[in-house]
Amino acid sequence: MSAVVLLTLTGLGLAALYFLVASGLSLVFGLADVLNFAHGLFLGVGAYATWWAAANLPGAGSDGFGFVVAVAFGVLAGALVAVLVELVLIRPLYTRTIEQVLVTVGLSLAGVALLQATWGADARPFPRPSWTRDVTGVLGANVPNAGLLLIVAAAVVLGGLLAFLRWTRYGLVIRAGVENREMVTALGIDVRKAFTLVFALGGAAAALAGALGGVYFGTVSPGQGGSLLIFAFIVVVIGGMGSVVGSAYAAVAVGLLQQFVNYYGTSGLGDLCVVGLLAVVLLLRPQGLAGKVATA
Amino acid sequence: MTEVKSPEVPAPPAAVPDELTPGHARWHGLRPYLPLVALVLAAIVPYSTANLPGIFEGPLNSPGTLQLLAICLVFGGLAAGYDLLFGRTGMLSFGHALYFAAGVYGTDVLVTRAGLPLWQAALFAVAGGTILAALLGAVALRTVGIAFAMVTLAFAQVGAILVARDFGGWTGGEEGLPLDVSGLPSALVGVTNTVNLYWLALAYLAVVVLVVHRVSGSPTGRVLAGLRDDERRIGVLGLDPYRFKLVAFTLAGGLATAGGVVYCLIVGGASPHVTSSELTLSLLVMVVLGGPGTRWGPVLGGILYMYLDHRLTAFGTSDAVDNLPAVLSRPLSQPLFVLGTVFILAVYFFPGGLASLRTRLSPLLTSLRRPS
Repeated sequence: MSAVVLLTLTGLGLAALYFLVASGLSLVFGLADVLNFAHGLFLGVGAYATWWAAANLPGAGSDGFGFVVAVAFGVLAGALVAVLVELVLIRPLYTRTIEQVLVTVGLSLAGVALLQATWGADARPFPRPSWTRDVTGVLGANVPNAGLLLIVAAAVVLGGLLAFLRWTRYGLVIRAGVENREMVTALGIDVRKAFTLVFALGGAAAALAGALGGVYFGTVSPGQGGSLLIFAFIVVVIGGMGSVVGSAYAAVAVGLLQQFVNYYGTSGLGDLCVVGLLAVVLLLRPQGLAGKVATA
Repeated sequence: MTEVKSPEVPAPPAAVPDELTPGHARWHGLRPYLPLVALVLAAIVPYSTANLPGIFEGPLNSPGTLQLLAICLVFGGLAAGYDLLFGRTGMLSFGHALYFAAGVYGTDVLVTRAGLPLWQAALFAVAGGTILAALLGAVALRTVGIAFAMVTLAFAQVGAILVARDFGGWTGGEEGLPLDVSGLPSALVGVTNTVNLYWLALAYLAVVVLVVHRVSGSPTGRVLAGLRDDERRIGVLGLDPYRFKLVAFTLAGGLATAGGVVYCLIVGGASPHVTSSELTLSLLVMVVLGGPGTRWGPVLGGILYMYLDHRLTAFGTSDAVDNLPAVLSRPLSQPLFVLGTVFILAVYFFPGGLASLRTRLSPLLTSLRRPS
């Protein structure tokens, strides 16, 4: 019983990480049709900015309130990089989907190499508050606090995103833009502002994933974003492009499946099952669980 | 952008491909033979002892230089095969590394673990890789566009996981699997025989270029070009896009597997990085840098990319770079940073890649020449 609880909660922690990366990818893809390979870079920037801030930024540290400041700095850095990428690199290639993909591919290669050049290829120990190393007893299972932190953060981000999409004017524009971009443009609304906003949101969520993922894994390395990104892509396709709620469901399904099969089967089998799930979803329901709807 | 034409107006004649328009240059009659000349020149390179300081570390016929050249040639062929998908059919596959890795690991495992003779191992590997491409293509092609890219990426990731987790102890996991050379023909083993591997790589490149050229000139190739330009029209003409795409996907997969076999022999083993998605991304970079959909662009792009990837590491640790301030020297010592930046610039400023440089530069040259 305690093994099942533990696996469920760690699986949900993994799902939270996937969701933080996938929600931004999904919104960016749904609205702007950009498959963003540079999303892993935003994650890396968030992780390294948090790592740097914890040691160097006045007021920030690796514990208590200082850690919150460090994470906030990392999230801001990720959002800033995402906005810069959108304004400088993506916007001039508006509606040229393939070129946009190519530019983000180049950016992911160059950006990760830049991180590697600045801080080295080896994993660095990540500063984390001491309480995240402890475990909490839930129904007889000892669950690592870092996983619970991820779950809480992802739930807050999910709630915040849904509230933003449902009750604000820009949320309305984004939802309408995912549904039918030409119509929104025809109504005289500048969709491009929404693009920048969506990039900023996605970059911030990915940077948060980077910072909390650093806490979860205990280390930070330049290639970390790339390996997470592939599973995030799978989550996006299973959940349906452009759907935040679909991404959440898909992330939970993928995280739990991976964790349970890796525990009860051979290690690595869970990753294969995830790809199998992707193939099944594509064959039965090519548009994904939620189709192209911004909320659901 | 589909234009609607009224039926009375005859459609304008299809644009004649560049290679069929008669040129007015003096050497025009020689142009068809240029590839042959290049092939012969490349074939006699190992007989030259010329020393090119700065370009290669040793003389041209030293084993180190020949191995680098052979790797470059294999990747030239791989890029040309990938271009069959990306440049000529318009399919953005992110899983091409899988078929290359199938060739590398297939040969290695069959020779080293199963003890098969090389020719059988190569035959099985190529057949297996082609069948794998056909099966996975049949599933992946149910999606189009970006979703197709993601699905192929996911399939390739399975290959990477299988190799890295080392199920059954066949692949050697993270450390890779050195090729057991005891059963190989002696002409392909040893440092002194690198020249034979170089010729093998050259032969592979020639075969790929020939196959891609023949396919794109055939009726099937015309359909593939049509799929790239407007898939719906091909459907309206009563041709099944799915089948033609599957043919292109399978063929490209088979060519990549053959490249993997040659690569395995050149580097003498397999390492997990051949399964990584970065390999596919670099293939994409090669094709775009060279010029998608052209005959020689991807080949040149592949050769140049691999050359730079190897040589920029030496360049990055040279004194000239080390003396720069740290802000500059550190990024410059990362080949991927330089290549990624060049790639982004190429997407913006040279959409046609290297192959379009001549047409882009010729107006400039003529305008420069006119005043004199």
